[in-house]
Amino acid sequence: MLHDRPDPSPASEDARHGLSRRSLLGAGVAIGGGLLLGVELIGGRSAQAKDTEGGARFNAFVRVGRDGAITLIMPAVEMGQGTYTMQATLIAEELDVDLAQVQVEHAPPDQKDYGNPIFVAQITGGSTSTMGWYLPLRTAGATARAMLVGAAAAGWHVDPASLRTENGVVHDDANGRSAPYGALADRAATIPAPREPVLKDPKAFRLIGKPLKRIDTPDKVNGKVQYGIDVMLPGMKFATLAACPVFGGKVAHVDDTQAKTVPGFRQVVVLDDLVAVVGDHMWAAKQGLAALAIEWDYGANANVMQEDLYAAQARAADGAGVTAQKVGDAPGHLKDGATYEQEFELPYLAHAPMEPINGTAHFKGDACEIWVGTQAPGMAQAGAAAALGLKPEQVTINNHLIGGGFGRRLEVDGVIKVARIAQHVEGPVKIVWTREEDIQQEYFRPIYHDRLRARVENGRITAWHHRVTGPSIIARWLPPAFQKGIDPDAVDGAVNQPYDFDNILVEYIRHETPQVPVAFWRGVGPNSNVFSAERFISHIAHQVGVDPVEFRRGMLKKSPRALGVLNLAAEKAGWDTPLATPESGRAGRGVALLAGFGSFLACVAEVVVPDDGDVQIKRIVCTADVGQMVNPDTLTAQIQGGTIFGMSAILHGEITIDHGRVLQSNFHDYRVLRIDEMPTIETYLVPSTEKPGGIGEPGTVVVQPAIANAVFNATGVQLKRMPINRALLVKGAKA
Amino acid sequence: MIQLTINGEQRSVDVPPDMPLLWVLRDVIGLTGTKFGCGIAQCGACTVHVEGAALRSCQLPVGSVGDRKITTIEAIGETAVGAKIQKAWLDLEVVQCGYCQSGQIMSAAALLASNPSPDDADIDAAMAGNICRCGTYVRIREGIKHAARSA
Amino acid sequence: MRRLTLWIGGIIVAVGVAVLGVFGWIVGQPGPTAFAKGSPVDLAQYKGPSPVGVPTELAGADPLTRGKYLTEAADCEACHTIKGGTPFAGGRAFKLPFGTLYTPNITPDPETGIGKWSDADFLKAVHKGIAPGGTRLYPAFPYASYTMLTDEDVLAIKAYLFSLPPVKQETPPNTFSFPYNQRWLMAFWGAFFNSDKRFRPIPEQSPQWNRGAYLVEALAHCGECHSPRNLMQAMNTRQKFAGGEAEGWTAYNITQDRVSGIGTWSAEDLAGYLARGHALGRGTASGPMREAVELSLSKLSPRDITAMVAYLQTVPAIRSSQLPEMAGPAPAAHKQGPADNPMGKRLFEGNCVSCHAWNGQGALVEEAQLTGNRAVNDVTATNVAQMILSGVGTSTSGRPYMPSFAAAYTDREVASVANYVTARFGSKPSSITPEEVGKLRAQN
Ligand code: FES
Ligand code: FES
Repeated sequence: MLHDRPDPSPASEDARHGLSRRSLLGAGVAIGGGLLLGVELIGGRSAQAKDTEGGARFNAFVRVGRDGAITLIMPAVEMGQGTYTMQATLIAEELDVDLAQVQVEHAPPDQKDYGNPIFVAQITGGSTSTMGWYLPLRTAGATARAMLVGAAAAGWHVDPASLRTENGVVHDDANGRSAPYGALADRAATIPAPREPVLKDPKAFRLIGKPLKRIDTPDKVNGKVQYGIDVMLPGMKFATLAACPVFGGKVAHVDDTQAKTVPGFRQVVVLDDLVAVVGDHMWAAKQGLAALAIEWDYGANANVMQEDLYAAQARAADGAGVTAQKVGDAPGHLKDGATYEQEFELPYLAHAPMEPINGTAHFKGDACEIWVGTQAPGMAQAGAAAALGLKPEQVTINNHLIGGGFGRRLEVDGVIKVARIAQHVEGPVKIVWTREEDIQQEYFRPIYHDRLRARVENGRITAWHHRVTGPSIIARWLPPAFQKGIDPDAVDGAVNQPYDFDNILVEYIRHETPQVPVAFWRGVGPNSNVFSAERFISHIAHQVGVDPVEFRRGMLKKSPRALGVLNLAAEKAGWDTPLATPESGRAGRGVALLAGFGSFLACVAEVVVPDDGDVQIKRIVCTADVGQMVNPDTLTAQIQGGTIFGMSAILHGEITIDHGRVLQSNFHDYRVLRIDEMPTIETYLVPSTEKPGGIGEPGTVVVQPAIANAVFNATGVQLKRMPINRALLVKGAKA
Repeated sequence: MIQLTINGEQRSVDVPPDMPLLWVLRDVIGLTGTKFGCGIAQCGACTVHVEGAALRSCQLPVGSVGDRKITTIEAIGETAVGAKIQKAWLDLEVVQCGYCQSGQIMSAAALLASNPSPDDADIDAAMAGNICRCGTYVRIREGIKHAARSA
Repeated sequence: MRRLTLWIGGIIVAVGVAVLGVFGWIVGQPGPTAFAKGSPVDLAQYKGPSPVGVPTELAGADPLTRGKYLTEAADCEACHTIKGGTPFAGGRAFKLPFGTLYTPNITPDPETGIGKWSDADFLKAVHKGIAPGGTRLYPAFPYASYTMLTDEDVLAIKAYLFSLPPVKQETPPNTFSFPYNQRWLMAFWGAFFNSDKRFRPIPEQSPQWNRGAYLVEALAHCGECHSPRNLMQAMNTRQKFAGGEAEGWTAYNITQDRVSGIGTWSAEDLAGYLARGHALGRGTASGPMREAVELSLSKLSPRDITAMVAYLQTVPAIRSSQLPEMAGPAPAAHKQGPADNPMGKRLFEGNCVSCHAWNGQGALVEEAQLTGNRAVNDVTATNVAQMILSGVGTSTSGRPYMPSFAAAYTDREVASVANYVTARFGSKPSSITPEEVGKLRAQN
């Protein structure tokens, strides 16, 4: 029923190819002269030179102009996570330039050249940017450097090995010569790219691993930065829209008599499922929309209620599951002995990024130009083109810095709506969702139902059965990754746990809730799975009377990095010292562990639950081993921000469906954490030379079970459904 | 025609008096540094200074501004506290996506202008109306203190 | 033995007399304008300019325009429309202690509305509370006030309603429990509490006053909410306008008492409040009063508003002991003010300060001023809690409004903010409990 779905990009068969399969392509000559480098992403799918721009190749990450300007083209999109700085650092490190010397640009939509090797699609999400680009971008930098050095060596007739580079200059120390990169660019473009450029020894890193200043922030403190919502074009009009409040509903009738009297009103665009009002400014559009009398045909979902959705999912959880991971014979071992069982229900959540969904488009019949901030520019282009009946290349996407993504901008429903509306408007039009529309027409984090069973023998879990019931986002969003009935995201964090349980069965039951659109949300699959598993493990530890840190330690023999962060968190949090008794209320401490996104995190939360149940988070200690760090300051910021995002969810986050529509509409009823609810947050990073992992999401994931465990520790109340229901925590209340 | 003084410049705009200042700034004048986040004075993204007070422009009818002076993020760096806050923000890398930060900086600058050494409770009282979805609160708190110290 | 019997008999008689006396006292109430000097006369005998009908500006207007004006003045739409529904199609729920009442569809649909009603049917319903077929209407329908309307005005309203498109919409059955579901019992109520008398002007009073009296008492039926109710749920006119209750909101004292009423309000304050729902430093209409302003009072002619003000300013002062003198200005610094309610303060600083400011003066628009507002000086905090739960104003009005915080905040949180607000801006801190907030929530 959900219109506006883009045609999913045809992902390649070798969706999970390894980095080893990449090879480097040669270089081309950039417009205006200079060197342009591209990295071929997939063997056998070589990006052909594009002849559109005066013979220059544009599938590139590095551009060195004759004037010495160094431009890095950023395949991953900046939405606050610091990826521009990270990516630029990788290239600059190998290219031997300083961050201050480089400029960055957004990559255009081009799945082949800018597709993240992990998704094989041009996607920024899933905490994959560092993981996916660590080697390719360093290689791009190293290749460019080798070619620049080669050019200098050829000019000076010396052995390239005798030259050295520093700050964008090639030095020939023996002969006291030097040449800046700009002067070498043209010649360098003619040098064959090395097949295997030599990457720096990590010991020689000047930039990687240092807390370098972010390159995107100066313009973010003085109002100069341009997000998609800030686009201004000559002759531009402004619009806002209302889609049918019941998902899947249609427009039945629109009366615009009153709207026409609004000052600044221009026109109404009525499509089958939405109505937009165009005006001279957002206020005119907003007032015009308010003045419309719209009758909706609510369709089949008009009676859908939240409780029914939960109930249907709980029933589905009794059905047959598909095996996602099997070790030994968990069901067999769960037949007798000391067994435990718990169930959890996780709510719908809105992303609610601070920049409401928006887009600007200029439709010109056989072409459409779009200005937007998207995590998936290729999908945006394909989706808009399909909606307009154009070919992808007829749609230009100008991508922008993103005012918060969290997964929301992996969906291109907004871009498609923008294109469909712009099709009926003369000239460029900027369409901005009101916050109400943004929240009510979200793609939500799905509801999930988790049922877990475990057996304990000799103080450790010997059999583990985790049954995940929920919809599959992957099946819609990246169909080739949905194989054999398994959504790898939906079971992520449930499978491949760091613990050495002897017998493991993880099952997945796909249960769609087509009445409500769902999408990835910061923390993705592990968000619910790790929550349930970590909450369950602490529950069992409590039942068997073992300290929850100790209990976990006993099952981490094969996962030294997980054990490392857990021990560090326990130490830093003073786990072995008793919690101070609060002046009033009940104090509690909880722990949680995460092995996911290529990283390892542990979190200890301290809470106080007053007698009235109003949970207060007092302290968060979070430790992380993310492998090789690129920018430790950014990592710290991501853990701080990620845990706060998780705190919003566990304390307040809840979207409720009422008669097919979303009850919440803005920050007054979709609560997010404010500064005065924030605990102290301490973060500790473990130095490591392992492969770099992701950090955008883990903090969000690990903090939630830590807090829930702390609340349980304080109150002894078992909460099945999230977010934390404070009414059940009132002292003496019946759960 | 409504007369406004914005960042020291006189502007006249032909808009209805009920129109919130936010949209006048962004859509009519083109000062897009001030952000739209909620439209109901719940998030603080649209904060501007009106005679030095941090106000939510999304709920401020332009007709009620009168001859009071408006300062936006684009010009806050010209004030001593504004510049201090901006510097502290960069020194401590407060910013993530940055979308809320115009409002955060405007609120923080107003706080510092009226209270040169705010404690945690003062910071809460002045900043709790500004939501940051990226969760930069830890550094916002530190940033304000850092700016206060850098007298 | 015999003595005992006599004695018991005496007691029975005494109790009986007392009961009858109390009953008589309850029933035999003063009329709506009994407080005013002069002798009311029948309208036909009244020599001055007509106090009834539409204002002179509309005297020459077509019947529908006149009917519309009167329909608005009588505020039929507020009760006969479900939230977001078609005006006058009914279905709005009123949650009363003994069940839920749904207002009927008064569009001219013959099956589900009043399309088959004759003029006489309509008059009987509006004046006597008796629907065709003899069904007794519950006095939630303010026929004890409407009974004062002239036949002509009632029929003008009918003509207007019959000019609207018929809407087919069944009214859900009321869910009253026994004995409240026994509609025939209402016959007694009507007999006791409905005078069934048309408006009688007082020649000794000014024409403006008489016009005001007709508007306030008959059309706008102010007393239905602003007067307390007696044991039998009838308006207690001995406590005329001393404050009542409406849908879980407190309707404040609107007598001329200078402490607990509106005795210190200027005529401009009062006129502004009626016409626009706001008087600077006095308050902003919310809840049912805001509806009355939006759908009814704001549509009245300025002269009619002035007449209402003139009349209201003659209503004798009655002191409500529970409404104290208003507090003065509030502190501007967050650290001053109540210190014993950290939860309330935290929620106030995050959600409320942006509009209301720490000093309660209102940061953005004058409607957001809290100081001087009756609701924040009401130690029950009922209306403050109601405003937090229901919001004030609407998103579509084009004016700043306050959203409803009900969905995301617990009863305890709402109570804590309400108590913080009264403590910071009112003369006495309230101590509304989460349970009380829960009850208010249930009514919305
Ligand atoms: S946009 Fe004004 S406070 Fe959110
Ligand atoms: S920095 Fe992104 S919302 Fe605050």
